Amino acid sequence: MLEIKNLHAGIENKGILRGINLKVNAGEVHAIMGPNGSGKSTLAAVIAGNETYEVSKGTIVLEDEDILELSPDERAHKGVFLSFQYPVEIPGVSTTNFMKTAINAKRKANGLEDLPAKDMLKMIREKSALLEMDRKFLSRSLNEGFSGGEKKRNEIFQMAMLEPKLAILDETDSGLDIDALKVVANGVNKLKSKDNAVIVITHYQRLLDYIIPDFVHVLYNGKIVKSGGKELAHELEEKGYDWVKNL
Amino acid sequence: MVLENQGELDLDSNLHDIRTEAINAFEKQGFPTKKDEEWKYTSLKSVLNHDYSVFPTAENSIEFKDVKKYFLHEIDSYKVVFIDGIYSSFLSETTHDGFDICLMSAALKKPKYKMVIDNYFNKIADKKNSITNLNTAFAMEGAYINIGKNIVVPKPIQILNFSTGNEKEILLQPRNLVIVGENSYVQIIERHQSLSSNVVLTNAVTEIFANKRAIINYYKIQNDDANASLIDNTYVQQKENSIASVNTYSFGGKLTRNNVEFYHEGEHVESHINGISILNGKQHVDNHTLMHHKYPNCESFEIYKGIYDDASTGVFNGKVIVNQEAQKTNAFQQNNNILIGDKASINAKPQLEIFADDVKCSHGCTIGQLDESALFYMQSRGIPVKEAKALLLYAFSNEVVEKIKIPELKSRITKLIAMKLGVQLGFEI
Repeated sequence: MLEIKNLHAGIENKGILRGINLKVNAGEVHAIMGPNGSGKSTLAAVIAGNETYEVSKGTIVLEDEDILELSPDERAHKGVFLSFQYPVEIPGVSTTNFMKTAINAKRKANGLEDLPAKDMLKMIREKSALLEMDRKFLSRSLNEGFSGGEKKRNEIFQMAMLEPKLAILDETDSGLDIDALKVVANGVNKLKSKDNAVIVITHYQRLLDYIIPDFVHVLYNGKIVKSGGKELAHELEEKGYDWVKNL
Repeated sequence: MVLENQGELDLDSNLHDIRTEAINAFEKQGFPTKKDEEWKYTSLKSVLNHDYSVFPTAENSIEFKDVKKYFLHEIDSYKVVFIDGIYSSFLSETTHDGFDICLMSAALKKPKYKMVIDNYFNKIADKKNSITNLNTAFAMEGAYINIGKNIVVPKPIQILNFSTGNEKEILLQPRNLVIVGENSYVQIIERHQSLSSNVVLTNAVTEIFANKRAIINYYKIQNDDANASLIDNTYVQQKENSIASVNTYSFGGKLTRNNVEFYHEGEHVESHINGISILNGKQHVDNHTLMHHKYPNCESFEIYKGIYDDASTGVFNGKVIVNQEAQKTNAFQQNNNILIGDKASINAKPQLEIFADDVKCSHGCTIGQLDESALFYMQSRGIPVKEAKALLLYAFSNEVVEKIKIPELKSRITKLIAMKLGVQLGFEI
């Protein structure tokens, strides 16, 4: 589904990613772990198309198409979704209206009519129930005044609504208490299928107890220095990140 | 431009004196220039450099179907409509049933209105303002709205000023007088609309009197043709416990100058001034406001938001005066601007003159650009950048839009904003 080859990216000539190679197949869950500053969030942002970062070398191919030239919204239309580490507050736009706009923009890009209001409401009801969301959050301005946990739950709600092929969860566990973590993980697990893939970016192994990865990659200094199965996450938890620095 | 008194102006000697005084004052003052502190950032040069017709004589008629879209036609309303400055009985719906919604020309001439005119006409219009004096000197027509005591006017009043373009260059000087009696309630929507691309300059003056416990909401839709300019002078006097709002929505026109002045004449008054300006091209808007607190225990709220694209320019000059007697005043002022265009600019000048010591006064002024991280966030959800920008700008203006108390007007303003931003959104804010 996703194939990243020799990806180099950075900001203003400061290299952050220094040759990433990653292959993710449909139906798989990949975890990307690593110490602070290793480039995890940059990788997520670059896949999603954040133009703050400049890609100097390499390719990102999604389902046989190089997506590097596509804008973030076009990538979203192809099925890329990024759950933000720090979701942005948008005063004046309710979560419901935001989702309506997003879903219909995607449908329009794919040559479909707007989703009828009735179906939209039904979908909102179902997906918000999945995330055990308080309905009143849906009519409030997007993320405005939400707690860290509420914002993350809202991110996964958006993911559920948009049904992406490739979901990237950037530090979704940060700011979540254990109950919220379980709800969010449960939501992700229910959305998982043989047709989509998930990349979980995390500093800690905790989330991976609930979203079980098929592969774990260790990112350090802009490169994947080690890959393995889920047991690698446990090893990192025990040994810390210092040992990977010498790999 | 040559101004001559051609009209069969007023026989009434009192009115005659007011006119003469205004003419003399204007002759002494002349048109404001950029040397005048209050006009520092707005030049009238380009709008005055025309040979305007001042007193069009021919009555021009227009079909309702051609101008329907400029009315808020979704709701039942009273209508006072002028075409090239002349009253159109055909398009209007006035009343004398319980209260007066009719014509200034009639009010100025007929003896039965004399007492009201003597008490109110030109009483709060600023005599130091030359442009206002020009209007006082020559204005023939406008809306006369006199609501007695204890009346809730059941439907909004629309005042529409059309210009047909039959005159190549026309100067219109409408003059409105609005008196809201004790415990009465009225809502007014005003619009100036040019129906051609000919040059139009409108110099409008509106005096509004809110008596004890009266409530008035006044909405001004300023979405005129690119060759039309507007100088609007609105003066509001409020007696105790009254509530008044003046709202300006400036989207169109070449040059728009709003002078909105509030004067408190009693305690426990509540005043609101709200404005949204969304400009592009070389449009210019100058919002000049004055909130004069003269009595204790009054509140004022002012929010102006501006979005400036291309090489458009804006001015916000918000003056708040709190007299020494006006203790326990609560005055709030906010001005937020987003510059989108590389050549766009805004000059913002909050002016607070506070002479009382036990008051709460706040003001905030921001000038910024669109938030890049918010744009990326929205794009990452599949919303194209154009819509994402529009959505952010919608959200930005929403704080002012949501203050509109007439739902159909709120919906109309939302649509005008969408049109101005060049997008279609699947919902209304």
